[in-house]
Amino acid sequence: MALVTFTKKGIYCRQGDFYIDPWLPVDYAVITHGHGDHVRFGNKHYLCHTLTGPIIRQRISTDLQVETQDYGKTVTRNGVKISFFPAGHIIGSAQVRLEYQGEIWVISGDYKTEYDGISTPFEPVRCHAFVSESTFGLPVYKWQKQDVIFNQVKSWIADNRQRDKTSVLIAYSLGKAQRLIKNLAGDMPIYVHNSIANLNEALEQAGVHLPETIRITADTRKEELKSGIVIVPSAMRNSRWLKNLSGPVTGICSGWMQVRAHRRWQSADAGFALSDHADWPGLLEAIKATGAEKIYVTHGFTATFSRFLNENGFDAKEVITRYGDDEAEIKLDTPEKTTNQELTN
Amino acid sequence: MKRFAKLIQQLELSNKTNDKIEALVHYFNFTDDKDKVWVIALFTGKKPRRPVKAALLRQWVKELTQLPDWLFTESYHNVGDLSETIALLLPPAEQLSDHPLHQWIESLHELEGKDDEQKKQFILHAWNSLEPQERFIFNKLISGNFRIGVSNKMLVNALAKQSNTDSSQIMHSIMGKWDPYQITFQELIQGVHVNTDNSWPYPFCLAYALDTEPEKLGAPDEWQAEWKWDGIRGQIVKRAGELFIWSRGEELVTEQFPELWFLQDMLPDGTVLDGEILAAKNRQVLPFSVLQQRLNRKKISKKQLEEAPIGFFVYDLLEYQGQDYRSQPLSERRKKAEELLSALDDDSPVNLSPIISCSSWGELAALRETSRSVNSEGVMLKKRDSLYHSGRKRGDWWKWKINPYTVDTVMIYAQKGSGRRANFFTDYTFAVRDGENLITIAKAYSGLTDQEIREVNTFVTKNSLEKFGPVRTVRPELVFEIAFEGIAASKRHKAGIALRFPRILRWRKDKNVSEINTLTDLQQLLQSTLEQPGDETN
Ligand SMILES: [Zn+2]
Ligand SMILES: [Zn+2]
Repeated sequence: MALVTFTKKGIYCRQGDFYIDPWLPVDYAVITHGHGDHVRFGNKHYLCHTLTGPIIRQRISTDLQVETQDYGKTVTRNGVKISFFPAGHIIGSAQVRLEYQGEIWVISGDYKTEYDGISTPFEPVRCHAFVSESTFGLPVYKWQKQDVIFNQVKSWIADNRQRDKTSVLIAYSLGKAQRLIKNLAGDMPIYVHNSIANLNEALEQAGVHLPETIRITADTRKEELKSGIVIVPSAMRNSRWLKNLSGPVTGICSGWMQVRAHRRWQSADAGFALSDHADWPGLLEAIKATGAEKIYVTHGFTATFSRFLNENGFDAKEVITRYGDDEAEIKLDTPEKTTNQELTN
Repeated sequence: MKRFAKLIQQLELSNKTNDKIEALVHYFNFTDDKDKVWVIALFTGKKPRRPVKAALLRQWVKELTQLPDWLFTESYHNVGDLSETIALLLPPAEQLSDHPLHQWIESLHELEGKDDEQKKQFILHAWNSLEPQERFIFNKLISGNFRIGVSNKMLVNALAKQSNTDSSQIMHSIMGKWDPYQITFQELIQGVHVNTDNSWPYPFCLAYALDTEPEKLGAPDEWQAEWKWDGIRGQIVKRAGELFIWSRGEELVTEQFPELWFLQDMLPDGTVLDGEILAAKNRQVLPFSVLQQRLNRKKISKKQLEEAPIGFFVYDLLEYQGQDYRSQPLSERRKKAEELLSALDDDSPVNLSPIISCSSWGELAALRETSRSVNSEGVMLKKRDSLYHSGRKRGDWWKWKINPYTVDTVMIYAQKGSGRRANFFTDYTFAVRDGENLITIAKAYSGLTDQEIREVNTFVTKNSLEKFGPVRTVRPELVFEIAFEGIAASKRHKAGIALRFPRILRWRKDKNVSEINTLTDLQQLLQSTLEQPGDETN
């Protein structure tokens, strides 16, 4: 019996009787990171990284039984050692390492290999079996260095300012927003939507230092926003509030913006290929570094990526999960609210 | 080329005309004159000849990246554009350099006649010196396919603004015959070439679709109503003894229509007519499918001349006695056109497109319902005092089309889209009933809401019967109403019928597959369109 199996409820460790990022309610859930498709409501017990604790309390409910631990520390359940290693995806994101009688598995959750200035950098972990995401598992997705992208964003903002427009960046409240704040902080004030401000507060209370931002309230004047940078989640994208700003121009930061067809589909004014997921070389490099004999490929270009791995000397398998696409900042324009997570599954 | 790459990026991202014009003006202000000429050429569809085949480019990329063929194909499917796929797959450039656009074009031009190895050396070297966005542009220069969402009008407005020149003069100039390898930017703006060239046409005046009740347009007697014909919009130019026939696509088609050559003797010099090239016999318009037999043919046989005779239905007079007549009111232009064509025989292939006389909007609405019986697709409304505008302008001309034909069909195949929609089945094939079988009748995509696309997607995933590459055969259950503009006999289609501009009108969740239309229904429709107008009354 393998240490880890893939079941209807999620990735399961029978020996330890716990799940990793389950999508249906379970008794004991080990959580890789705070994105909604990886951590869901209804589990009896949550085990996650120290910084993910306040995130899920803030995002899901304060009324959860959450146990946290730092990177490198170990919890043992029925002989299975559970430890966390940095995944570099967002603040608090962890790869879950499991060890039992010498057999080692690593479940990556979401990860990226480039340091983003705010999340603890990705660390490869040697293992026998590696469960990897594949959100951008196609060779056309090769990121430019984040400095290059941030310079593009900055010159876009400067340009907007010159044309007397309000720069609005659309970003996922958890992860992308903090990354933008950290890397854009400087000469201009940064105004953030409530959902982002709330998360920032929770993170700061947990000891994360973030540059100063200003919460947007009903009293915030339009003129004031024009002289700063506005960051809002995608739900605000078609809101009346945004349209009523003074000359709003919107920019989307997502790995999908690498491709013109995606950029045009979004009908935003600018698209920046800034991702919190590993690109094609990043995925390959990470997988190689684990030294794993078995690779399980989850959410993303699963079929393509596992086929490529198999043709290149790895033993890879496609795994169907219910994880979504946290880079699809912009949902399809639908009359009702449906998330892309349901779409990509 | 960096500057040009930036321009393209700006044009692609903005969806507001003013922003695009602003970006163009900015570009024209700061760029090399030689580059400007090429940008105008590329944006108006003057393609340099393709110096290297796409298959070779693909082969070289695979050599460079060591990627298997299937992965290249999947990447292409996700990106949806070959030039871009190549640009994204290539390894990062090692020594960047910046040459102006025209230099790249000239270097590519010089590749003509060289062998593949020499071409390869040049292309690989170029790729290795360009950033991803520039590489994409460079690849586009090779393929010559530059559709970037800049209309001629937008381009002309930007040039007019930048060079302080009258926009109609520039429109004339860039629509005329010129060679980007020869002409200078100044010559192009001043229109030196069109002053000596007799062939140049005027920009067509276009109409918007009527989106309100006609009553809102005011009194009916302020308007001239005509049939809206479904043919090839064209201009006939007669200057200095020569005759030129232009199609709306700004193509010279004089050779294709010998029926109209007599106008060379009949029209006085300095005359330009706007009208519609149609299949017609005895001044009766035949269906578009008949005209189709005459399109894009180098040689026309006698049989074709007999079976698919064409005519020219004149709408307007743009130049009269060598004078630009476009700023005269329509009523005046029409009067002069009538005078000019009064000498034509009743059976001449050229005639004035008739005015529909009516005294009220209600009467016109009733007449419009009969459009199909004269093979028209509705009614045109033109303000009697309107000038002949360049391009589209709201308010003076309206097209008031009749509703399309529709047919109920069932979906039998589904295929994934490209780009962001690569995860969804968005392209569908539809069938009608043919006895016990289903027979493919149309392919269509779009027309559904995103919510519906999602539902269809779920259905397809659960009800796939077979898989051929990206195509799924699905259980024939979902009924869709397909709208289309015309119907024609076709040997290339298994059903023997081709629909024109098919699109999804709505998903008929209220119907099941036993209620869809049959091939016989469509054959009858085809037959009825082929019968001569007027036959019905017999
Ligand atoms: Zn995530
Ligand atoms: Zn994920």
